[in-house]
Amino acid sequence: MAAVKTRSEVALNRIAIASVLIVTIIFLAPIYWITSTAFKPRNLATTIPPTVMFEPEISPFVKLFLRRSQLREQPTPEEYAAAPWWERLVFDGGEKIVRDGRGNVQLSGYPSRFANSLIVAVVSTVLAVGMGTLTAYGFSRFKVAGEQDWLFFILSTRMLPPVVVAIPMFLMYRWFGLNDTHIGLIILYTAFNLSFSVWLMKGFIDEIPREYEEAALVDGYTRMEAFFKIVLPEAATGIAATAVFCFIIAWNEYAFALIMTRRTAQTAPPFIPSQVGSGLPDWTVIAAGTFLFLLPVAIFTFLLRNHLLRGMSFGAIRK
Amino acid sequence: MASMAMTTLDPQSRAARRGWSDLTIRNMFIIPTIVFLIVFNIFPLLYSLGYSFTDFRASTNAPANFVGLANYKALLNDPFIWRNFAITAKYVIVSVAGQVVVGFGVAMLLNRSIPFKGFITTLLLLPMMLSMAVVGLFWKLLYDPSFGIINYAFGLDRFEWLSDPDVALYAVAITDIWMWSPFVMLLSLAGLSAVPKHLYEAAAIDRAGPFYTFFRITLPLVAPILMIAIIFRTMEAFKTFDLAYILTSQPTTEVISIRLYKMAFQEWQTGMSCALAYIMLIMVVAITNIYVKYLNKVKER
Repeated sequence: MAAVKTRSEVALNRIAIASVLIVTIIFLAPIYWITSTAFKPRNLATTIPPTVMFEPEISPFVKLFLRRSQLREQPTPEEYAAAPWWERLVFDGGEKIVRDGRGNVQLSGYPSRFANSLIVAVVSTVLAVGMGTLTAYGFSRFKVAGEQDWLFFILSTRMLPPVVVAIPMFLMYRWFGLNDTHIGLIILYTAFNLSFSVWLMKGFIDEIPREYEEAALVDGYTRMEAFFKIVLPEAATGIAATAVFCFIIAWNEYAFALIMTRRTAQTAPPFIPSQVGSGLPDWTVIAAGTFLFLLPVAIFTFLLRNHLLRGMSFGAIRK
Repeated sequence: MASMAMTTLDPQSRAARRGWSDLTIRNMFIIPTIVFLIVFNIFPLLYSLGYSFTDFRASTNAPANFVGLANYKALLNDPFIWRNFAITAKYVIVSVAGQVVVGFGVAMLLNRSIPFKGFITTLLLLPMMLSMAVVGLFWKLLYDPSFGIINYAFGLDRFEWLSDPDVALYAVAITDIWMWSPFVMLLSLAGLSAVPKHLYEAAAIDRAGPFYTFFRITLPLVAPILMIAIIFRTMEAFKTFDLAYILTSQPTTEVISIRLYKMAFQEWQTGMSCALAYIMLIMVVAITNIYVKYLNKVKER
């Protein structure tokens, strides 16, 4: 670029910076709105004009985790004073916490759905990345007859519409009793992520010079030793990036989870919308659930920022 | 390709005499994945191919009767299915076009020296990483006619985004554009940064105008990567389910995946839905083929 900038170029750059700023604000507004609604008192969530300044509370999160019901009669002052701070927050919102016979609080449906999401996403990620790394190494280093066709076959399984795959899987799972089980969902997500992980890992392994392994083989390593002691450590960044991608995909998945799970193994994506139901939904609680659910992904996105391009293009475009 | 550097599968090689042979390792590494994908992707599809020729209903115990091609005939002659395909096509065109315009536009803006560029780019990429179902749900609040911030921000008094049948599909597309423009932006940025700087300098020396520079230098060089983004987003928009299903239940937003879902899991017309799934599948495989051709083309550069 020319070192000297004309006045019009400077002006143009200022306009560009201003536009970028506006675009960024528009793009982040929905995410900001989720976050701020998650900390609002219920009566401020749906006001006109929208409430921007407010005193943040954590009552939406208390309500998110505990079972509660409508308050029929106001608690007596003694009851109110005896209640712990988080119960008072629920009282203030016109609701009460449901307690069982022994007076213990009960959890709402959210924590178990969140845990299901975590279990299914973590286990399927480990399986998909483990198998994917081995397969990628196989395709990267050895002669395979019809290599391109196999790779295309592997990729094409990733492109199948979820609902199309779900119909026969649902029937087969019903036969094997796998509907609404963690294992059933883990198998589906592993299959879904496996092709992605093969393609991404192949790109990463292709970049590791084969001279490293060959030197190790000359030094008396077996091929397996060379793979575990030379290739895997070299591919560590790639494996981590692939794993985070697979985790995010499994974490966010909706269609399979909607069709294959009802209760026991239900993950958060089909559960959160099912809370809206009829009547006036409590948007602060939905926002709190959404916020907690999005938080890990937002953190991972920042960790992944240098690999996003590669992951999103199945390893085809590298920088 | 790297085939000339490929390790030969020589069972007599020195490495092979210690430990497993390369051939064994190759098979051990590759075959489980292939078998897994065949068992859990291909076999179910063959299973549903069989059902697509029957009148099977998964909600009853009645045995499936072979009906030949009747399901396919009925579907292809059903004007309602064609309407679903038309809705899907409209959705694909609106949302992909929107994503390309917004995504490429923002990429052009970002392709200059801007303070905190890396940080801003990452922030802009956030929407596409989030769950469509969960974030999509929250857009219901944003679109709400009485207290949604969209109507408030744009001064649209009680505009019905999701319950007006003529508008609902556009509302879904807008949310999709918000989520996936970042994807087009990401790929466009990669393409833009790969354009050699000396071409712009040469154009400046020749006093080429900005339009000339854009259409003769920038666009042709970014086109292959942009094409990848477009085909990929087309494929995804064609399969779209989550967003439209969560945001509204208007018949005008019933894209083909939703029709398939309802046919299979609400009306329990299992045989018929398997046939529809196959019609969809053929279309997706066709788009995938084009996509992979482009991927390989860009890879070779």
